[in-house]
Amino acid sequence: MMGKSEPKQLVEQRRDAALAALLQGVPYIQFMGIEFDRHGDELTGVLRFDDKLIGNPFLPALHGGVTSAFLEVTSIITLSLLHLWGRIETGEIDLEKMPLEQLPNLPKTIDFTADYLRSGRAQNAYARATVARAGRRYASVQSTAWQDNQAKPFAQASGHFLMPPAPEVVRDD
Amino acid sequence: MVDRSKMAQQFIQAVPHAKALGMELIEIGNGEAAITMPYADHIVGDLKTGVIHGGAVSAVMDTCCGAAVMSHPSTPTGTATIDLRIDYMRAATPGQSVTARATCYHVGRSVAFVRATATDEDTGKPVATASGSFTVETKPGSLTERRK
Repeated sequence: MMGKSEPKQLVEQRRDAALAALLQGVPYIQFMGIEFDRHGDELTGVLRFDDKLIGNPFLPALHGGVTSAFLEVTSIITLSLLHLWGRIETGEIDLEKMPLEQLPNLPKTIDFTADYLRSGRAQNAYARATVARAGRRYASVQSTAWQDNQAKPFAQASGHFLMPPAPEVVRDD
Repeated sequence: MVDRSKMAQQFIQAVPHAKALGMELIEIGNGEAAITMPYADHIVGDLKTGVIHGGAVSAVMDTCCGAAVMSHPSTPTGTATIDLRIDYMRAATPGQSVTARATCYHVGRSVAFVRATATDEDTGKPVATASGSFTVETKPGSLTERRK
């Protein structure tokens, strides 16, 4: 008989596989040097510092577009995984049977607003996103990015996303 | 007289992220700017469609708005984004470059309000629009003078 811990271990492995598959479908994430740390359903985006992310070389500071993009990527991946986990739990998606390249499409950004609280310094940055609401079609996501001190975020953002349509139901008509 | 094309070249060279995305400043002056960004495989946001990531559109919008502020007749010595909102109308056509055009519609002593539009080669239908506020930095001397 299977030990009680084994299925849980499998769930974790499948979650990692799904995350890796999601990230592989987005070349821009690799270009930016964004990685994700996952602990259960908690996800932290990690922006690995690189000179090409600089917007103002005199300070130096991260480019505003980089900060916004980092928050947008973190929002999309957090939302996708939440959406995916939900559908795995209801049995709508069976990751074991579904080839990873057939993962549902990513949510599409409708609008994204970033607030720049202080300049992002030339070092790694971290971000977390919270899904305020994920409906059938629309989702609202808030995100925050910080560097040395999580209590002193350097940017925060709010975005709306269009959810990918549910898998098509085969009909007989 | 400042050589406009040389200035444009220097602007992009001075911004490493703009250089990394292959941005080209095509117009600048009087609080307006236009920047184009070529299509590239590494900025794709979804391999299934080949559409570029919204983040890259944000970067070109933000750079273009900043350039517009810097080119304003009030000659700011620096600028930083306070906030920037981007509305994504449609996916940019894969393979086509994206061009952002920004206009300062109000520049005060401390804050500039900027709007921008991004299009692909079909210039009639915007890919995205942006609206943001930017700091207007002036030399410490000129700032205290104005406060008197």
